Amino acid sequence: MLRFTVRRLLQAVPTLFVLSILVFAWLRLLPGGPATALLGDKATPERVAAMNEVLGLDDPIFVQYFRFLGRILSGDFGNSLITGDPVMEEVGWAFPATLELSVAAMFLAVLFGIPMGYIAARFRGRFLDNATVVTTLVGVAVPVFFLGFLLKYIFTQEMSLLPPSGRQDVLIDATRVTGIATFDGLLTGEFDATWDAMLHLILPAVALASIPFAVIVRITRASVLDVQGEDFVRTANSKGLTTQIVRKRHVLRNALLPVSTTIGLQTGLLMSGAVLTEKVFAWGGLGTLLEQAIQQRDYPRLQGLILLFAVVFVLVNLLVDISYAIIDPRVRVR
Amino acid sequence: MALLDVRDLSVVFKRKGTRPFTAVDGVSFSVEPGQTVGLVGESGSGKSVTSLAIMGLLPKRGAEVGGSVTFSGTELLTLSDKQLRDRRGRDLGMVFQDPLSSLNPVITIGLQITEVLERHRGMSRKEARVEAAELLDRVGLPDPGRRIDEYPHQLSGGMRQRVLIAIALACRPKLLIADEPTTALDVTIQAQILSLLSELVSETDTALIMITHDLGVVAGLCDDVNVMYGGRIVERAQRHDLFDRSRHPYTHGLLQSIPRLDAPRGEPLTPIRGSVSDNIEWEQGCAFAPRCPNATDVCWSDPPELKADDGRMLRCHNPVAIGDAVTEGAL
Repeated sequence: MLRFTVRRLLQAVPTLFVLSILVFAWLRLLPGGPATALLGDKATPERVAAMNEVLGLDDPIFVQYFRFLGRILSGDFGNSLITGDPVMEEVGWAFPATLELSVAAMFLAVLFGIPMGYIAARFRGRFLDNATVVTTLVGVAVPVFFLGFLLKYIFTQEMSLLPPSGRQDVLIDATRVTGIATFDGLLTGEFDATWDAMLHLILPAVALASIPFAVIVRITRASVLDVQGEDFVRTANSKGLTTQIVRKRHVLRNALLPVSTTIGLQTGLLMSGAVLTEKVFAWGGLGTLLEQAIQQRDYPRLQGLILLFAVVFVLVNLLVDISYAIIDPRVRVR
Repeated sequence: MALLDVRDLSVVFKRKGTRPFTAVDGVSFSVEPGQTVGLVGESGSGKSVTSLAIMGLLPKRGAEVGGSVTFSGTELLTLSDKQLRDRRGRDLGMVFQDPLSSLNPVITIGLQITEVLERHRGMSRKEARVEAAELLDRVGLPDPGRRIDEYPHQLSGGMRQRVLIAIALACRPKLLIADEPTTALDVTIQAQILSLLSELVSETDTALIMITHDLGVVAGLCDDVNVMYGGRIVERAQRHDLFDRSRHPYTHGLLQSIPRLDAPRGEPLTPIRGSVSDNIEWEQGCAFAPRCPNATDVCWSDPPELKADDGRMLRCHNPVAIGDAVTEGAL
């Protein structure tokens, strides 16, 4: 198991290497090159030439690349063109917010998605199953922003139960430790801050969870149906095992294999795809940074964000592979 | 009293939008304690479905089981799912055809054995582990102490089948059903598994129902043989009678189609013409008639009954004449 983990970790290195080349090439391939991108279309040739010299763009391409790689490895992503702050700092500020939202959404999606998919499979073809299939279809089809506003309308406007937006009430003076608001309150003992952060978290998390939830339900349902017909389930039944053991040990365990892959892929998508949800709920996370960066052509910040999303994706997939190996012994030897 | 008494067993598969399909039709046979009974036939003859019906392993929806299956005086077909689960694995064991797909790929073989012991013999995890290692040793798995923690994919096909046998025999059942236990294995391994099976059942006085399409398996193992065709039993005889003088043209054809070492070189094999899909309905006539060399008009219009004939049961209007059969020695 340890050998598998180490090997899998090492395999991530070339992936990240290729990735850095792509991001590097992307900036160089911009029309007019990075200097024009930084200075704007109306820059004079003299200023562009000066900027090229400042940025070292006259050096051979591989020298530029290794300089770029060295900077990234030491955590220097340059400064944002919008705020002038180091990109690393901006991202460090916003990342915990997105992480908190994504993890909460995925937690909800898994917590409700797997049992619901399983129940649908158990009652295949009957009302409960059909209801589930329709619900998940709606879950996939309804745009997140629509669902977000709908939730806000119901739970804020009509019922006055939950706050409409933001991460924490402005009146609460919470201490920032990790930047994950719900967690910080626990660390510092400011439980009212945690409670408030959790109330703020519910609606965006539910809105963001809708798609991964629907996907997980469907994959679980299909997978359970598939496994139920396997020979080894028949063997388990021929042994006279109780239905609980057959279901838990023999059906569900095998059925979760494809589900774990899906969870990984969806988590990666969540991290980078929370832009809409963050916008609707004024959630100051990476989505907000990304949106500004795209609108104002903030290339250093975009570059940092792209790299970050890619690294997160690689890491999540790494975790999925490891969890896969824990559930399925056949993967370990390969 | 017979250990297992199957009376007029029928299985009809019904699915929405398709015609009901009768897979097993009026099958009756019995198994005495310690006896080995063969159920022989081609794919689709209903032999596996018969065994699944006895075990109560057919899907509850879509399969309609009729008739009666009595095991030590208890009617199995009317038992609740829970009562049946109490008996399966304890009184009745089953070994399946494909040992790889019949074992759970994600849990160790040790757990797959101990879970039966815990369920039916009330053992603790620790006791069950000791017993499981002993069982693996008994079925001839080398190095059981280490193998017990391995997963099915780490074993060879023969070893996997030994594990399945160990699971089926873990609670010393009175009846073991083996559904083509050697079909997925190499020839050399087949012989090993068969002799292991016969050794174990005679040691523990377990009755065995051997389901196979391979007459060679029957010849070496079974006391009584039932030949099935199109969901019905067409001939039942003691092993020697069947091989010395097979009377049903289907049985005869099966024996003829086995390649013989003492046949002259270059002589073509004698297959049974057609395939199972050429059957006609039993209600119409004899299902085998379209493929039968002896078929006459009566076979196409009049379904034959299973009748006692010369110390055996036979379902045929035009049986093969006595003295025209192959001998067992040829196998």
